[in-house]
Parts: sequence; C-alpha cells; structure tokens
Amino acid sequence: MAVLQMQRITICALKKDRKQLLEFLQRKGVVEITNEISEDDVFHKMDVSIAVSLLEKGKKNAEEAIRILNERVPEKTPMLAGLGGRSIVDKEVYDEFAEKRDKISQVVNRIVQIEKQLAESKSELARIGTQAEMLIPWSGLDIPLNFKGTKTTKAYIGTLPGEWVLDDLYQEMAFAEEITIDRISSNKMSTNLFVLCRNEDAEQVFEKLRNAGFSYPSIQGNKPPMEMEEDLKLQTKEVLQDIEALTDELGELSKEKEEIRFYQDYCTLRLEKYEVLGSLPQSKNIFVITGYLPEEDCADLEQSLYKDYEIHIEFSAPSDEEDVPVKLKNNKFVEPLEGTIESFSLPGKGEMDPTAVTAIFYYFLFGLMLSDAVYGLVMVICCGSVLLKFGKTMEDGLNKAMKMFFYCGISTTFWGVMFGSYLGDIVDTFSASFLGKMVSIPPVWFFPVKEPMRMLVFSMLLGIIHLLTGLTMKLYQNYKAKDYIGIVYDVIFWYFLLIGSILALMGVPTFTNTLGLTISLPGAVTSIGGILAAVGAIGIVLTNGRESKNPFKRFLKGLYALYGITGYLSDILSYSRLLALGLATGVICTVINKMASMTAIGPLGIIPFLIIVIFGHTLNIAINALGAYVHTTRLQYVEFFGKFYNGGGRSFRPFKVNTKYYKIKEN
Amino acid sequence: MEGLGIVFALAGAILAALVAGIGSAVGVGMAGEAAAGVVTDDPSKFSKVLILQLLPGTQGIYGLLIAFITLTQIGVLGGSSDMSLEKGLLYFAACMPMAVVGYFSAVRQAKASLASISLVSKKPDQFGKAMIFPAMVETYAILALLISILAIMGITPLAI
Repeated sequence: MAVLQMQRITICALKKDRKQLLEFLQRKGVVEITNEISEDDVFHKMDVSIAVSLLEKGKKNAEEAIRILNERVPEKTPMLAGLGGRSIVDKEVYDEFAEKRDKISQVVNRIVQIEKQLAESKSELARIGTQAEMLIPWSGLDIPLNFKGTKTTKAYIGTLPGEWVLDDLYQEMAFAEEITIDRISSNKMSTNLFVLCRNEDAEQVFEKLRNAGFSYPSIQGNKPPMEMEEDLKLQTKEVLQDIEALTDELGELSKEKEEIRFYQDYCTLRLEKYEVLGSLPQSKNIFVITGYLPEEDCADLEQSLYKDYEIHIEFSAPSDEEDVPVKLKNNKFVEPLEGTIESFSLPGKGEMDPTAVTAIFYYFLFGLMLSDAVYGLVMVICCGSVLLKFGKTMEDGLNKAMKMFFYCGISTTFWGVMFGSYLGDIVDTFSASFLGKMVSIPPVWFFPVKEPMRMLVFSMLLGIIHLLTGLTMKLYQNYKAKDYIGIVYDVIFWYFLLIGSILALMGVPTFTNTLGLTISLPGAVTSIGGILAAVGAIGIVLTNGRESKNPFKRFLKGLYALYGITGYLSDILSYSRLLALGLATGVICTVINKMASMTAIGPLGIIPFLIIVIFGHTLNIAINALGAYVHTTRLQYVEFFGKFYNGGGRSFRPFKVNTKYYKIKEN
Repeated sequence: MEGLGIVFALAGAILAALVAGIGSAVGVGMAGEAAAGVVTDDPSKFSKVLILQLLPGTQGIYGLLIAFITLTQIGVLGGSSDMSLEKGLLYFAACMPMAVVGYFSAVRQAKASLASISLVSKKPDQFGKAMIFPAMVETYAILALLISILAIMGITPLAI
C-alpha cells in the first residue's frame, strides 16, 4: 500500500559492454532512463538516426506483412486466445534470431512486394475488362479498327450519335458516286459505322459525317476486333495465372508468420535500444547512464551488474524538487484497482497511494449496485476461469481488470444473498409456474424493492462513511506533511460540522419520521451535536480563508468555505444511486421473470421460459454491470477523491521490452 | 368520472417508459454514430467507445422501471384496478419526473458522450476521465428516478 520509494542511479561503464549492458537493462525493465548530462568536450551523443530509420522501416514492413497475411491468408484462432497475452521465449532464441534476421527481412519485403504486384494485376484485369467492353460493338467488323483505306479509297470507322438507318445515310451521301456504308451495330444511343469512299469524295464525306457528330472509336488496334478479343482473353488468363501464383507464394510465405512476428518484435526492441543509445553521453572509452529505479530493485541490479561487467554504479536519493516517476505497489487483494487510480491520476508529490482504501469501497459499492447472487456467481466463474487458464501469461492490465471483476463478483453475490435476489425473484416465479406452489428464499437482511426508504437511508449512511473516510485520508496526508494546523482547520472542523449536524438532525422529529428511523437519541446528545456543528462552522469561517492577509477578505473566504457544506449535501445525496441502481437490477429481473412466466403453459412451457430467462438475464447483467462499473468509478473519482486526492504524478516508464507478440525471458 | 383514475395512472406509467425511452434511443443513436466513426479509424477502440455509447441508454431502463412499478402498484398486472380520480392523477404526477428528466438528461448525456468519444479517439488513455463526464449528467436522471419511485411507493397506502 504505497508509492514505491525511487532511487536515482548513475551507471558508468565501458563502451565495449555497451550492447550487452543495454540489452540486459532492457530485459530487466526496472530502470527509467533519463539523461540530464549535456554534451561537452568529453561527452558526445552518438548519431543513431540511420540505424533508427532502418529499424523503423523494418518494423513498419513487418507490420504491413502481418496485416497482408492476416487479410489474404486468414488463420483460425480460438476465440479467447487473445487473452493469453504474449508468448514467452528464452533469451537464446532472441540471440539466435540475429542469424535468421536477413532471411526474414527478405521474406517480409517479398510479401510487401507481392501485395503490390497483386494490386497491379487487379488493376490490369480491370483495364482488360474495360477494353473488352469497348470492343463489343465492333465485334462484327472483320478488318482492323485503324484501317484508313486503300490507295484509292478512304475508310472511316466510327460512331454517330443516335440510331441511324442505312437508307438515310446513303441519302445523306448521295453526292458520292461510289460509297459503301456498313452498319456494324447500333442501339438507341449510337450507331457504329464503317464507311468506304473514293479519295475524291473523302473530304466531303468526312464533312457530312462530322456534322452528324462522327467520332472515332475509343479503342484502336491493328487487328480485327475478333482477334483483339481473343488476345484480351489470353491476357486475362495470363494475369489470372499470375495472381494465382502470387497468392500461392503468399500462402507458402505465411508459414513464416511467427518468424515475421518475432522480427517485428526484434525490430521494436532494437529500435528502442538505439533510441536510448542515441541519448547516452559517451566519451572515447566510457558511457554514462542516469535514471530512476525503485529502491527495492537496487540491490539485485547492482549485484548482477557488478558480476558481469567492469562498471561503476552510484545510487542516491532524489531531491525534493525532482520530478520523480511514480510506481505503485500493493498486495494482491487491492492491486487490481491500480489501473483505476492510474486512469484518474497517479499520486502527486506528498500524496499517499489511495489504492487500498479505494479498492475496499470499490468492491463494496459495486456489489451493492449489482446486488444479485447469481449475477455475482456468473462474474466470479467467468473471471475465475479466465484467470485460471490464462492468468500466468495474461497482460498486466487485463489481468488486473479480471481480478477486479472477480472480487466485485464476490461482493455482488454477498449483497444478493443479503437482499434475497437470485436472478431477481426467479425462485418464486419458477416454483409458482411449474411446481404449483410458491417457494421463496427470504433475504438475510431485507428486500430493497419492498422497503426503498430503508435502502435509501443505508445508501446515504454508506455515503457519509465513505466521505468521512476521504476526510480521514486528508488528515493522514496532512499529518505526513506535518501540516498540523491543516489537520485542525481543514479536517477536524469539518468533522465537527458534519457529525454535529447529523446528530442535531436526529433530534428533529420531521427528519427521523421522513427517513423512517426509529432510533431516538437522548436530548443531550442532539444538543451536543448542535454545539459541535456550531463550533465547526465558526471555526471554518474563521480559518479557511487564512491565506489572505486582509481580515475582511479572510472572513468572506471563510464564509465561502462554509458554503461548501452544500457540496457535502449533494455528495451524500449522490449515494442514492446505490438504491436506484440496485432497484434497477431487481426490477428488470422481475420484468424478465414475469415475461418468462407468461409463456410457462403446459409441460413444454419450460423451453420458452428458459430461453427468455437466459437471454433476458444475459442482457440485464451486461447493462447493469456496466452501470455499476461506471457509477462506482464515479463515486470514487468525484465524491471520494474530491475530499483529499489531486494526483498529478508521472507514471514510471522503465526502459523495457515493449513488444507485441513475444516476451523475452531473462535467465 | 370514477373510471378515469386508472386511465391517468396508466398514462403516467406509459409516458415514463415512452418519453424516457425516446430520449435514450435518440441519445444512444447519436453516440453510436460518433462511435462508429472512431472505430473506422481504429477498430481497437471498439470496447471503449461502446461503453460511452451505452451511457445515455440507462434513462430508457429507468423509464421502464418506473412504468413497471406503477403497473404492479395500480393493479394492471393482476389485481383490482379500482381507483379514484385523485389517486390516478397522483400516480400520473409521480411518473412525470422520470419521463421529463429522463428525456432531457438522456439527450444531454449523449452530447457529453459525443465529446468523450472524441476525447477517447484522440487520447485513449484518458478513458477513465472521459467516462465520468457523461456519468455526471446521469446523476439527475437517478435523482428523478428516486423521487418517482418514492412517490409511487408512497401513494399506494394513501386512502383517497
């Protein structure tokens, strides 16, 4: 339950060990490298831009190749395989890969090239298709389309807009002595013609044709269209053969997919290594690494480094002004909430790690919102079995989420039993429909649907506890920071005001009657409550504007701080969502069960009954688990963190193996 | 006039489901369009934007909840449906917070969801915060739900 103490590390090593040392640190993944030493006469930074750009290209090509293979040669993967995370390989495999690298790089390039060729072939096919289409109207012509005539004649091959009858054409050309007009084909839009006339008439004939809107065919060729069509068919066949060959080759290359994945990871690893290398100050013989690492890893790292290298290491405690990265460490039970904390913000300077307290409330409130024994069991079983099967290799974030929902599931089951909800009122419905006698499981505590007021009071009570815990966290933080004045002014006075007001309100009959409370406090207690509240309020008005010198301004600021009591009021009311969401689950369960029971007629009625129950409750668990997740998170972020937590810490990002498919094990 | 009580009570129940349901349908639809746009660019964000899309959907469920509670209380789902006009009007009024607030909060929540979806599309690591903005709007739907439930539960024992 804590923010890990960080240490600064400075490593000074010989240049000849550079590669091994960096690779070792990368596999260890415990040091965040920051380089503050600037270049001078002795230390220079190395130019790694060429290596970096080569590796970037390799990585990009590998990604591209994998994408192509996934698309062209899809492989069957089991549905949940993605949960398993990255495979683990030995360091030797990584070292041996250096030999295979060139071969795989060639495979990758070939795959990218094939993809390009395939695209070209496809566009070639399209081009041939268009040409064949353009030839169709001319297929009746038995001379080449670019035939211009003989020595004494002139030929015009082309298209006139609209549908023409031969007689009309001959009439138009009546001036020519000898002329042949062939209508090759025609439709409503156009008429395709072959016109042959003597050279003497050529100009006039062309004039006539042009006036009628004559145009040359959009396709030309020195073979008769029939033969051209044959050629095109042949070409199509060749291109198709090419495509087939390329696809086959791709299928063959896809056997190397695993190697290509490894290659991508290999490039990623080396890329990051080179980026770090480029940032290191190096002299003629030595280089220096500076960075942060968690104190608990210091001894281990020091030992293994001194064992293998000629090296000098220094550890020092970071100063207060430094922007030290933050890493959390918690026990197994509360650790799953680290992700939720991180997605709000990591603890800033002087703040404590709120994970443990948050986690306990999180599980508690989530269960209260979903509150159904069977839903809880479903969550426990699903998350539990995934964790059992993949827990060892699963990626960290997913693992934590699964564990979080596992514990939330336990809490949900607990509250379900307390409130007597087993798939809502399924036991009642089922027994009434099929056994002819209504059986019900009584709740251990009470039915919230029947006594909403009681549940509301309980929700708000939980809210008050949650908020006071938040205030206590602030107290603890102030204590750690030795801000004793802050403890009294910002925490104790608020305790007085809040607890005092509640006690005083308990003495007002209208208030207790509305909430249906039967406890009556002795008069002395309520008046003490009133006094406490008054002391708290006066204290807040007098002290909460203490950073202002001007007494008038100070008083106004204090008054404004007291106005913050409305914030507490709305915060407490906000916990009414516990009731609302709990009821939502329960009532929708009832709706589903009711619908199912309507179909429960006769002995076969069990089938539609089961279908509706299974389908309906699956939907309900999804919707309400989402609701519970969102609103529990909200209660933590807004109401709880609002009391003490600001965050603003920078996450610890060690130099490590950031691969996509494989983890490399240090042995 | 005697028979009108149940008419008003049922009208209230129906309006709670109807109006809040329309609000959620509009809201989830709007958010869905934006979510689909994000997935076009980056399919890996599907689960995140799906959650944001679903957030304005709860008002419809709350509407259904109020409608169902009312139906059971007024005896439409089994039981007698004798009811005075006053009582019917009371049920009608009790259903209104959920109907009206349900509609407007769903639409407004959807707008907050839209903004959060575009936030997640640019900064996926800020999902936790993005989720909170639409959830803030939902508070008011929950408050309306609460008042509607308490009112309906309170009307039933009244002897009018």
